[in-house]
Amino acid sequence: MTDLPLSQPGAARTDKAGSLLAQDARIKSRNAAEKRFRTYGATAIGIAVLALVVLLVTIIGNGAGAFRQSYLTLPVTLDAELIDPEGNRDPTEMSQILTLSYGRVLDQAVQDAISAQNIQIEGLVEDDIRGLISREASSQVRNRVLEDPELVGQTVEFNVLAGGRIDGYFKNRVTMESAERDGNTSPAQLMLADALKERGMLVTRFNWNFLTNPDASDQRPEAAGVGVAILGSLYMMLVVLVLAVPIGVAASIYLEEFAPKNRLTDIIEVNISNLAAVPSIVFGILGLAAFINFAGLPQSAPIVGGLVLTLMTLPTIIISTRAALKAVPPSIRDAALGVGASKMQSVFHHVLPLAMPGILTGTIIGLAQALGETAPLLLIGMVAFVTEYPDPLPQGLFDPASALPVQVYNWTQRSDPAFFERASGAIIILLIFLLCMNLLAIYLRRKFERRW
Amino acid sequence: MKTIGLTATALSVIALSASAAAAREQVQIAGSSTVLPYSTIVAEAFGENMDFPTPVVESGGSSSGLQRFCEGVGENTIDIANASRKIRDSEIEACAANGVTDIMEVQFGYDGIVFANAASGPDFAYTPADWFNALAAQVVVDGEVVANPNKNWNEVNAELPEQEILAFIPGTKHGTREVFEEKVLLAGCEESGAMEAFVASGMSEDDAEAACMAVRTDGVSVDIDGDYTETLARIESSPNGIGVFGLSFYENNQDKLKVGTMSGVTPSTETIASGEYPVSRPLQFYVKKAHIGVIPGLQEFVTFFVSDQIAGPNGPLSEYGLVADPELAATQEAVASGTTMQ
Repeated sequence: MTDLPLSQPGAARTDKAGSLLAQDARIKSRNAAEKRFRTYGATAIGIAVLALVVLLVTIIGNGAGAFRQSYLTLPVTLDAELIDPEGNRDPTEMSQILTLSYGRVLDQAVQDAISAQNIQIEGLVEDDIRGLISREASSQVRNRVLEDPELVGQTVEFNVLAGGRIDGYFKNRVTMESAERDGNTSPAQLMLADALKERGMLVTRFNWNFLTNPDASDQRPEAAGVGVAILGSLYMMLVVLVLAVPIGVAASIYLEEFAPKNRLTDIIEVNISNLAAVPSIVFGILGLAAFINFAGLPQSAPIVGGLVLTLMTLPTIIISTRAALKAVPPSIRDAALGVGASKMQSVFHHVLPLAMPGILTGTIIGLAQALGETAPLLLIGMVAFVTEYPDPLPQGLFDPASALPVQVYNWTQRSDPAFFERASGAIIILLIFLLCMNLLAIYLRRKFERRW
Repeated sequence: MKTIGLTATALSVIALSASAAAAREQVQIAGSSTVLPYSTIVAEAFGENMDFPTPVVESGGSSSGLQRFCEGVGENTIDIANASRKIRDSEIEACAANGVTDIMEVQFGYDGIVFANAASGPDFAYTPADWFNALAAQVVVDGEVVANPNKNWNEVNAELPEQEILAFIPGTKHGTREVFEEKVLLAGCEESGAMEAFVASGMSEDDAEAACMAVRTDGVSVDIDGDYTETLARIESSPNGIGVFGLSFYENNQDKLKVGTMSGVTPSTETIASGEYPVSRPLQFYVKKAHIGVIPGLQEFVTFFVSDQIAGPNGPLSEYGLVADPELAATQEAVASGTTMQ
């Protein structure tokens, strides 16, 4: 419509603005203002995109290494004197021998490999040989021997994790220069690692264990993984899904469709909006008081985490569900009531199905928010070092577990720089989960959306 | 209707399994972030060597750990509180008020506190007096008590490098701060004679002591409320800064940090164990005796923690930076007999 006068350039104009084709000062300034606004908008988006790119590049740059890990394959002679001093191959007696003794077995295995492969490196000391293999390996060898005591005295080939510093060397985190200054490694140790790599005994390959392993202590960053954290997050999300969705949807349907509009419902409405803005740590304090101290639920358990996150997610779900219900045109309700449907039939048969895509989107966004939450978990004991996998459901809900964002938080506080890489790796996994959830939300919305 | 039914089912499932999962199987620990790495190392070794599940270890600081420890007796309270300082009388009273009466104190070693700057920076050789003169709010110049005028380290002590004073010290919520104030600032105050000057200027003993430990607030000294990784990040961004670290943290980041000597002694597990290096503190944990025999593995865990092969001079803890306690044998005995605090 607006371009109509322009399509008739010959039309006479009575005001003194002159020709339509020649822009006067005011039009020019309006056009310039629009141009400026577009530039501001584009700049704002540009800054946001740049920030995102920088964030992603740093995280992926720092964290990609967590998905690759160096492994060492070497024959280990299971010296009976060290691991079965009684000599009777009795598993109960052998279990008295701690992993510390198995460390010595592995040190000997590295020594043997060095002489067998004819590697000569100057200045190689005992500490260098010990640091070559992860401490996790002694536990691996011990478990294998306890499973099959007949192995004692034999030479068995083991595939074990390389030490954190060695692994860092092949990921360029540790260099010869930094090794000079570092008391935990030495150039000689790195040269030994190089020599083993040349002979094919040491390989760096994709690290599935990062996804499945539990957390590990400060001394073995190379063994740490997010297995328990993923499981813990999953359990919590299940609790949130099972509790928050039905309660939230029921509450919003009642408030939106059935509740009388009076002062009480107004107060409830304002309070729900307020709750949505309450800092999440407050829900943690509430959870500690209500679920742990009063209800006596166990600490560090996904059930408590799930309940706290449910409280936190409920307002989000209620608000988005109400918005989705509001967006269904009143004509649908009127038509249903007009052909004789009851109020409840009109809601459940007609309004709810049409509001479904909005409800689903709101729910998934609420869940994604809950997945990334750390603060409330701090107070209910989930920010913890947990290495035991929780049991299968439903008992697992009461076992201690960690959560993905908690794992990130924990790892950034550890002193060994290798944990920094792990933390970034865990962030990548968390981002992938969030991306999948948001894609699912978009897909569901597209699939079920109806336009009027 | 369906939704309400679902919720009811979910709630009943939870209620049912709550009663099924009543007995806690693993030891629960919380407390000091300084003790945390040692605690996790022992927990991990305990889990892989014993038939008990790996204990759950939380961080959060000595005070919050002890507070939760004192909340009461029962399965949903923690069994062990890690602490980088001794339990306070007020905390023992709070414990007693909630029924936590028999507390075992287990000291398992010492932790050194070191002063380190960026690896590219100059070498520093401090004395406590240097730190006092660099960081105290008030110092003594020519017999007069004045607000601290020092801007460079060489103004504090001509032998130190010419570098602006910028220190990252632990915030007041850390147990480390207490040790820093007592063993460095107060010691330096007494050593440099400033304490006497404070008293001579009309302060009472207590006020003089407080003045010795008061840190200047003109931006030269920065409190770090986070952990050592934050201090390290600060030093990386301002290379003139000097940070206060735990010995084990420094040992894990030797490629980025250069440690200063204190009164001519380089910090190491050996010099701290011999007492030559002055800035160290004992690390301990507190055990609820009422939980021993109730929580499976608690007694075994404590015994395992203080055993020679774990906490001894050749164990994994001292490999990580713990200074082994020379009186470990006495601790082991106390643990075996279940000696509680008076």
